[in-house]
Amino acid sequence: MALKGLDIFKLTPKTNCKDCGVPTCMAFAMKVAQGALLADACPHLSAEAIAQLSAATAPPMRSVTIGSGENSHTLGGETVLMRHDKTFVSKCLSAVALRDDQDEETLAGLLATAAELDYERIGERMTTDMLAVVHTKSDAATYAALVGRAQSAGRTLLLDCTDEAAARAALEVCAANKPVLNGATPENFTAFQALATEFEVALGVRANSLQELYDTVVALEGQGAQQLLLDVGTASVKEAFANAVQIRRGALSNGLRSLGYPSIVNVAALAPGNPHLAAALASLFTLKYGSIIVLERLDFALSLPLHGLRQNIFTDPQKPMKVEPGIYPLNGADENAICATTCDFALTYFMVSGELERSGVPVNLLISDAGGYSVLTSWAAGKFTASSIAAFINEQNIAEKVSNRTLVIPGKVAVLKGELEEKLPEWTIKVGPNEAIQLVKYMREVTGGVANG
Amino acid sequence: MANVFEKQVFASSIGTLEIGTGEQRLVIGGGNTWPLYAFDGEPDAAAATPGTAPATAAAPAPGTDAAAAAPAAAATAAAAATQKSTSLLCSAAPPRVGLQISDLGSEGLDAAVASFYADCADVPAMAVKAAAVPGVEFIALAFDGANPAGANKAVEECVALAQAVAQVCPLPLVVAGSGNSEKDSALFEKIAEALEGENVLFVSAKEENYKAVGAAVALAWNQKLAAESAVDINLAKQLNLLLGQLGVKNESLAMNVGCAVAGYGFEYVVSTMERVKSTALTQADASLQMPIITPVGADAWNVKESLAEEADYPQWGPREERGIQMEVVTAAACLAAGSDAVILLHPTAATTIATLVELLIIGGSPGKSDLPGFNLKGGE
Repeated sequence: MALKGLDIFKLTPKTNCKDCGVPTCMAFAMKVAQGALLADACPHLSAEAIAQLSAATAPPMRSVTIGSGENSHTLGGETVLMRHDKTFVSKCLSAVALRDDQDEETLAGLLATAAELDYERIGERMTTDMLAVVHTKSDAATYAALVGRAQSAGRTLLLDCTDEAAARAALEVCAANKPVLNGATPENFTAFQALATEFEVALGVRANSLQELYDTVVALEGQGAQQLLLDVGTASVKEAFANAVQIRRGALSNGLRSLGYPSIVNVAALAPGNPHLAAALASLFTLKYGSIIVLERLDFALSLPLHGLRQNIFTDPQKPMKVEPGIYPLNGADENAICATTCDFALTYFMVSGELERSGVPVNLLISDAGGYSVLTSWAAGKFTASSIAAFINEQNIAEKVSNRTLVIPGKVAVLKGELEEKLPEWTIKVGPNEAIQLVKYMREVTGGVANG
Repeated sequence: MANVFEKQVFASSIGTLEIGTGEQRLVIGGGNTWPLYAFDGEPDAAAATPGTAPATAAAPAPGTDAAAAAPAAAATAAAAATQKSTSLLCSAAPPRVGLQISDLGSEGLDAAVASFYADCADVPAMAVKAAAVPGVEFIALAFDGANPAGANKAVEECVALAQAVAQVCPLPLVVAGSGNSEKDSALFEKIAEALEGENVLFVSAKEENYKAVGAAVALAWNQKLAAESAVDINLAKQLNLLLGQLGVKNESLAMNVGCAVAGYGFEYVVSTMERVKSTALTQADASLQMPIITPVGADAWNVKESLAEEADYPQWGPREERGIQMEVVTAAACLAAGSDAVILLHPTAATTIATLVELLIIGGSPGKSDLPGFNLKGGE
C-alpha cells in the first residue's frame, strides 16, 4: 500500500539539512509520497528505511524500455485505468508480423508497406513502430536470416519465438537493436531468462491461462527478472481481452505487482485474414491496455484512424495541445497567396490545414497564440480577438512577408470583421465558413480557383 | 495466493431500453459491468463447483438427469443453454449495432456506401436490404432530406416514408432527425403519432427542443427517445433531469452523449463516456443510468481521411477502405469507452463491429471470412 507523507516523515532524520535538495524533511516526505522523488535522495535514511520506502512507493506498473537510438520506446509506467483520472503516459506501439513461413513476395510486400508508411500528424511521427518476427518451424539459421532482414528496416524488433536455439541465433544477429524476446513459457522460462540477461533485452512471457502467467512471472521475478512484458494470449478474442483488462486492473487496482508490466497483444493471430476485425481489435486494445499491438498488416487505411485515435488517447488531459504561432504556407503558397487565420488549438489547426490542403488553393495560414483553445472558446476567453490578431500581424511583420492583403477569418468569429477592418485598414477581411469541412468549396470560390489569386 | 481473477461487478446497474415489438423486440443496455467486460459478469469456471456456488450447481441437476435419458445431442444443448443463461446473469445485453439509411436514398449516402444499395428501387427496399446485413440489429432512418437548408421535405412526405419503411422493415426502427432542431420537433411529433405502437427510438432530443420532442414522442405517443448532449457529462445529466421533470420515464430514455471521429478530439468522447458510465455504475446516479447510443457512421465518412480521393492521395489507397476503417476504429473505441449501441453506415463496418461484440461476449474464434455466423440474438 502507498504510504502517506506523514508516515514517510517519521522515517526521516527531521533535521531539515536540505541534503536531498528540498528545504525541509516534511517537504521531502510529501514529494516521496507523490512519487516526485525517490527515497534514496536522502543520504541520511537507514538502508532499512530506504528499502521499506522503495517497496511502498514503487510504481504499480513498471516502465520497460525497448529499442535503441531514435527507435527507443518506453512502455508501461501507467498509474490509472481511465485517462481522465490523470493521464496515460506510454503510447502503445504498432508492430507488423513477419512470419518465417510466408513466401518471399509477401515478406517483400510487408517490408515495402512498412517503409512507405511514414508521415507526420500534428507534430507526431506515425509509422510502423515495430516489426515482429514470428518463428513457426524454420531452423535457427533461416529464422536468424529473416531477423537480420527485418533489422535492416530500421524498426524495433519483437522476436516471437519459443525455440531456444532459434532465439539465440536471432539475438546474436540483433541484440544491438534491443528487441523484445517474446518467448518465455512456463516450461522454458529459466533458459529464456538466461538469454534475456545475456543479451540484455526485455522478455515477453506467455502461458495458457492468466493464473499460469502470473505464477511464471513470480518465478521469473524470483530469478531477478525486471524487464518483462506479458503476452495476453491468442486462445480467443474474449480471453485475450479479459487478460489485458485483468492484468492492468490487477496491477493498478488490486496491488498485484507481478502483473505490473506492459502487455503484448497479437491481433495478427486473433483476426487472421480479416483487416476490418483487426482494426476493431487494434482500436479496442488501444483504449484497453495493449502496449504492443501486433498486426498482420498496417496500411494507411488502418494507420490514419488508429494512430489518430492513439494520439488522442495518449494526451495529457490537463494540457491543451497547441501548435506554434507563425505563418504556415500551404499548397506551395508564396507571398502572393491569400491569408487565413484560426486559433492555435492543435485539433483546429489540423482540421483547418487539412481542408485547406484539400482545396488545392495556395494559402498562408496565420496562427497566433490563442491559448490552445478552440475558436469559440479562445474568443470567449479574450485570447482570439481583433486586437490579438492585429497585434500578431504587426509583431510578425506579416505585411512585409506577404504582399496579399486578404485575410479569411473563421465564420464562428464573424463578429470580429468590423473591428479587424479598423485595426488593419490595408486588409480586406473575409468571413470564412463555420466548419472546416466547408473550406474546400469556400476557398475555391473566394480565389476563383486560380493559383495564387 | 493472490486472486488474479478478481471480478468487478458494481452495486448498481445500467437501465434497459426496449425498442421494437413482438419478436423484433431488442433490449439495449442493462447489466452491472462495463459493456464489453463479459468476463466480469460470468461465474468463474473454478467457482462453479458445488462448494462455492451451491445455487448454480443445484439448479441444473434435475435437468441434467432428465436429459441423460435423451439423445446425447439434446443433453449437450440443454447443458449449453443452462450455461448460457447463468453466464449472462449480471452482464449487460451485448452492445447493439444499427445500420443507418437516408430518406434521400442513395443521394443521402456517401457514394461508397450507396453502391451497396444500387439494386434498391426505393428507401423501404434499402431498409430491407440493410436489415439483412449480418449482425445488424436495428435500422436507423435519417431524415436528412427534411433539413430546411437542404431538400426541406414536407413533414407529411416524411411521415409517409417512415410508415412505408416501418411496414417492411423486419428489425426495430430508429428515427434520426434532420439536423435542424426546430424541424425535428414537428417531424418527430408526426412520425411518433403515425408509428404509434411500433416502439420506435427517436434520436435525438436536444437542449433546444427537448420540451416539444419529449412531450410529443415520449409522453403523447409513448415512443422511446435519446437525449443528445455535446460531449460533457454535466450537460448529459442536465438534459436527462429536464426530461425527467417533464415526466419522461427513465425507461423511455437513452443517451447520445456526443461523438467525435478517431483522431479528431476523441479523447473527450472517451472521458465523457467513461465518466458517465462509471458514475452510473458506482454511484447509482439514476440521471446517468440510461444506455448510451452513439451515431458514428455519418461523422466517420465526413473527415478528410474518408473523403479524400485516391487520385489526390495515391499512397492512402482506396477511399472505401479508408472510410470503413475510420468507422470501425471509431465504433470499437466507442464501445470500449462505454457505448451500449452504435449506428453505422457501411455494411462491412456493421458486420465487423457485430463480429467484435460476438467474439467478446460469446467467445469463439473468428473465421477467415468477413461474414461469420451470428447467434447473439436467437441462441445457438
